[in-house]
Amino acid sequence: MSDQSPTPVGDQSPTPGEDTSAEPAAPAIQLLPDVDPDKIPIRIHDMTIAYHRKPVLWDVDLDVPEGKLVGIVGPNGAGKSTMILAIMNLVPKASGWARIYGKPYEEMRRIVGYVPQRESVDWDFPISAHEVVTMGRYGHVGWFRRPSRQDKQIASEALDKVGMAEYADRQISQLSGGQQQRVFLARALAQDAKVYLMDEPFAGVDAATEAAIIDILMELRAQGKTILVVHHDLQTVTRYFDWVIMLNTRVVASGPTEEVFNDTTLNKTYGGRLTVLSQAAQAVQDYETGRA
Amino acid sequence: MFDFLSVLHLEDATVRMVLFGSLLIGATGGALGSFAVLRGRSLMGDALAHAALPGVALAFLWTGSKSLPVLITGATCTGIIGVLLIQFITSRTRIKADAAIGIVLTVFFGVGIVLLTHIQRSLVGNQAGLDKFLFGQAASMVEDDVRVMLVMSLFIFVVVLILYKEFKALIFDPNFLQSLGYSLQKVDLALMGLIVLTVMVGLQAVGVVLIAAMLITPAVAARFWTERLHVMVALAAVIGGVSGATGTFLSAQAPRVPTGPVMVLVATGLFIVSALFAPRRGVLARWLRQRANVLRERRHHLLRALIELAERAGKAGPFSTQELMDELGWERRRVKREAKRLRRLDMVTLAHHGVEATPAGLAEGTFVVKCHRLWEHYLVYRDILAADHVDRPADEVEHLLTPDILERLEEILRRDHGIDTDRVVDIHGSGSGYRPAGRERGEEVG
Repeated sequence: MSDQSPTPVGDQSPTPGEDTSAEPAAPAIQLLPDVDPDKIPIRIHDMTIAYHRKPVLWDVDLDVPEGKLVGIVGPNGAGKSTMILAIMNLVPKASGWARIYGKPYEEMRRIVGYVPQRESVDWDFPISAHEVVTMGRYGHVGWFRRPSRQDKQIASEALDKVGMAEYADRQISQLSGGQQQRVFLARALAQDAKVYLMDEPFAGVDAATEAAIIDILMELRAQGKTILVVHHDLQTVTRYFDWVIMLNTRVVASGPTEEVFNDTTLNKTYGGRLTVLSQAAQAVQDYETGRA
Repeated sequence: MFDFLSVLHLEDATVRMVLFGSLLIGATGGALGSFAVLRGRSLMGDALAHAALPGVALAFLWTGSKSLPVLITGATCTGIIGVLLIQFITSRTRIKADAAIGIVLTVFFGVGIVLLTHIQRSLVGNQAGLDKFLFGQAASMVEDDVRVMLVMSLFIFVVVLILYKEFKALIFDPNFLQSLGYSLQKVDLALMGLIVLTVMVGLQAVGVVLIAAMLITPAVAARFWTERLHVMVALAAVIGGVSGATGTFLSAQAPRVPTGPVMVLVATGLFIVSALFAPRRGVLARWLRQRANVLRERRHHLLRALIELAERAGKAGPFSTQELMDELGWERRRVKREAKRLRRLDMVTLAHHGVEATPAGLAEGTFVVKCHRLWEHYLVYRDILAADHVDRPADEVEHLLTPDILERLEEILRRDHGIDTDRVVDIHGSGSGYRPAGRERGEEVG
C-alpha cells in the first residue's frame, strides 16, 4: 500500500471506506439483500483486519452467490490471501464477520475446501503425494484417529481426477510446480466440500496444468459448488470467472464479471486511487515507529 | 572357547541395565528429534537443555535429594521457563529467534554453573555428583533411574503414535491443519511437551551441553536414507539407539570418560556415513549422478561432431584430433580421453590417421543430431523462439530426449510442416538434405 505514489486528489473524505469517484453504470459492489442468508455460500460483513495496526482489509462487505466460479483480483498486498484466511476465521479481525451459508465457519468447515499458496509449505518434507492428499480427509477423520482405508481410497480417486495417479508414491519435491499444484487441488477435492477457497492455484503452473485445473473447477461449478479463486492473470479473468471481486484493501468491485470488470474498476483497483487510505496507513505506521 | 559376552561384561546385570537405558535415550531422542528438526525446533531443544541445568541445582538445594524424579522435575521447570522466555522475547520485541535463544541459553547455563559450583564448594569434594549433568555419566544410572526413563520413553512413543497424523500435518502445512478445525496451539504444545520430556530422559546420561545433538544428529542422518516421515522417525530411533548404547559401551572402556561426548561422536560417525553413502540424497550418489550426466553429454558432443564433420566432408571419416578439437572447441587432452572412452564402448575406432565412428557410434550420433535439429525446428515452428535463438536450448534438450519423444516430434514435423525428417541427418550425400530451422520461411539464421 505504502508503495503507491501519493497522487494528489481532491478527495478529502474523512471516511476512507466511502466511495467518492464517479459512479459507474452498474453498481460496482453488488450485494444480495433479497437472498436468504442461509443460501449465500460466503457473506462478509463490515470486516476490517489489521496487522500491527496497519490495515490489510478495510470495511469489507461482500456476498458471493452460489454455484459460481469467483475470481479475486488485486495488486500485491491488497489483502487477497488475508480475505481467504479471514473467511476461515484464521486471522484475528478488528471488526466484522464472515459467514458460510449463514453460519460461522467453525460450524461449516466440513463443507469448505482450502488450497493454500504453493510457496506456503516446505516441499522437501518427507511425504508422498498420496499422503498429502490424504490430509484432505483429516477434517473428517478427527483427532487421534487414523485415516481409514476408505479415506485413502478417496485420496487415490482425487489424485486420479487431477491426472496424478501415477505419481501417488512420489516424494513431493520430485514433482514439477504444476504437479505440486495439482496435488494441492486433489487434496481439496478429497475434502469433498461445497465451497472451495483457493489461493493462487495457477501460480507457476504450465499451460497444460492451467487448462486441466480450470476444467476441474468448471466441473465443480457444474455440480453446484462455489469456488473462490485468488487470481493474478488479468487476461484470463473474463474467460474463467462468472463473478469477480476486485480488491485493494477495500472492495473496489464485486459482481458479475461482464458488469463490473472494466477499465474504471481496474484503474481504481490498480491505480493510485486509495491515497487517503494509504496516507492514513502511513500515518499510523509512522506513529507506531515513532517517526511522527 | 572365547567368551565374547564376558569380555564385554554383558553378562553383568548392571552393565546390561545401563546399556538399555542409553539405548532408550538414543531411541527417544532420534524419534522426537525427527519432528523437532523438521519443525525447525532443534535449537529450541538445545536452549531447553541448557535452561534445565539451574533447575537440577535448585531442586537439589531445595530438597537435598538426588533422586532422578526430583532433579528432573526441577530441570523441567526451569527448562520450560527458558522456552517461554524465548517465546516472550521473540513475540514482544524485534529480537530474532536465534538471538533470543542465544541470550536465554547462556544466561540459564551461566546461572546453572554458578549454582553447581556453589553446591560443590559447600559440600565436601564431589559428593553431590551433580556435575554429571553437564556432560553425562550413563554409569551413574541405577535401576530406579532406568525404570523412570522407561516409563517416560514409553509414554513419549505412545503419544507420538496417537498424534502422528497431527504432528505430520502441523509441520508440513499448519494453515491447512488449522482450517480443518484442529487447534495448532494444542498440537504444537503437545509436540513441545514431548521434546521437553525427551530432553529430560537423556539429561543424566548425555548431559545438558550435548543432549541437543542426540535430537538433531540421528534425525538428520536418517533423512538421508528415506523420503517418508514414518521411516525417518523409525530409522532415527534406531540410529539414536545404536549411538546411545555404543557410546555408553565405548566410554566405559576408559575410566572417567563422560558418556555424552562419546554418544555424540558415534552418532556423528553414523551421520557422516549417511551423508556420504546414502543412495539418492548422499553426497557420493549425487556426485555419481552428475558425473554420469557430464560423461553422457561429452559422449553426445563427440559423436555429434563426428556426424557433422562427416556431413561436410561427404564421407564417414576418419577425422583427425585437430579437426575434432576445432569442431568441439576442446583441448587435445580431452578429445583424446573422450575418444578412448568411446572406443571402450565400441562407438569409435582409433587409428593413427584419426577417429572414426563405428555403426553403433553412427547410430547414437545420428540420434543426437536428429534430436538437436528437430527440436530446433519444433521451437521455430511453434513460434516459441526465433531461429537464431534455438541452438542453445536444443543443446540442452538433445541429451534428454528419448526415442519415443523423438518419434512423436518427427511425426508432428512431418505432418504439420512437411519436413522430410529422414533427410535431416545425411552423412553420405552432399549435405544438401539438411536446411537449418527457419530457412524454409526465408528467415535469417545466425
